[in-house]
Amino acid sequence: MKIRVDPDKCQGHARCYGLAPELFEIDDYGTSTVVGDGSVPPDLEDRARLAIANCPEFAIDEV
Amino acid sequence: MRTTAPVHEWGSDFDVLDAQYVADPFGIWDQLRTTCPIAHTDRRGSTWLPTRYEDVTAIAHDIEHFSSLEVAVIPFEGEEPEEPVLPYGLPPISADPPLHTWTRRLLLPWFSHNRVEGYESMTRGLCDGLIDGFIAEGRADAATDYAQQIPVRVIAHILGVSPDLSDTFTGWVRDVLEFADDHDRRVNGVQGLLQYFIGEVAKRRAQPGDDLLSELLHTEVDGKPMEDSLVLGAAALVLIAGVDTTWSAIGSSLWHLATHAEDRRRMVQDPEVMSLAVEELLRAYSPVTMARIVTSDVEFAGCPMKAGDKILMNFPAANRDPEVFADADEVVLDRAHNRHVAFGSGIHRCAGSNLARMELRIALEEWLRRIPEFHLADGEDVTWAGGQVRGPRLLPVVFP
Repeated sequence: MKIRVDPDKCQGHARCYGLAPELFEIDDYGTSTVVGDGSVPPDLEDRARLAIANCPEFAIDEV
Repeated sequence: MRTTAPVHEWGSDFDVLDAQYVADPFGIWDQLRTTCPIAHTDRRGSTWLPTRYEDVTAIAHDIEHFSSLEVAVIPFEGEEPEEPVLPYGLPPISADPPLHTWTRRLLLPWFSHNRVEGYESMTRGLCDGLIDGFIAEGRADAATDYAQQIPVRVIAHILGVSPDLSDTFTGWVRDVLEFADDHDRRVNGVQGLLQYFIGEVAKRRAQPGDDLLSELLHTEVDGKPMEDSLVLGAAALVLIAGVDTTWSAIGSSLWHLATHAEDRRRMVQDPEVMSLAVEELLRAYSPVTMARIVTSDVEFAGCPMKAGDKILMNFPAANRDPEVFADADEVVLDRAHNRHVAFGSGIHRCAGSNLARMELRIALEEWLRRIPEFHLADGEDVTWAGGQVRGPRLLPVVFP
């Protein structure tokens, strides 16, 4: 599984980071980016799906 | 006591200050969503009230047609001074790009995830100290003795102003937000806040500290210091936006736990549920409604909106839309799919959302750790405030 954050949609709600801090990084302005190339280890796939399903801006996708 | 004319038609003549709406708006929203999803009123000017998630979030993202230059839910009724002290209001909340963009970037780092972690132990100690003050009595007002006391002190710390003035700040903020239809109280609140911050700005100019206010004063924009009116507006915003809102979220959450024993016990027994529960309580009892102004005549979802009309951004109703949330009127503490917009949506997402979340979580953790069993005091009234910010103002509880 691989995910990405659309930087134009992200508004810094930080819900993804709260749910899966291993998969996302947040800068001082709240903008989220995926850790590394966005590859999700198998044991974190459920949490990646949770992050996707809780983003109020629909900014996270599976690629 | 304020009175409003009775509402008979919610679709065409709603009033957000109606006593029934303030106490229990949920059924009204459910009815509107199926019969008239964008309600209208001419009370206090032509105003629209969307109730569906899809409409509220679409309006929030359309900054071309829907401006933030007027975000007050209740308009100021009285003469505006010819040269207002704050010509830009409270940026970035009352601004559109480009002013919004750079003023928001100044504030955001103060409320970043990392910064907020640094305020956590102070918040926990504060909550603990408040509980020390009433736990032996076996009863407390969870709104006035607890919820109301927390955010104002955290914000005072961040702004670098005295926590001793917390009650005064709370009074001013309530004058501005809760009693906005009372001309004298609103003027009192605005003037109190302004004069206070004018004094603080003068002090920081002479002796800068490492607080937010000092940083704003030493910010240069295009090679010139940031205008005083912008510094004052941004500082007042942080206080106004950071007090009533979070206190209302804490109070509503404690009201829910006082009236829903199963949820209360689950949160005590299963601390792991806390992070999802905080989001769910924010969804179900979202405190904040903001406004937008229509910039030019536009038809939106079949509604003929005119330039100058007001839109009430009903984030609380969006968060109970059954099209988006299963069992939308139920609190499901571990709700897994929860794209709630309690902190808004789009470019005006609440800049203090990390802080508000932390305060709500710590306030609930400390309360439940020390007072795991409590319920409403028999025969004593719970009262609610509404309009711009909804939450309990009196919340008497007992914990024998």
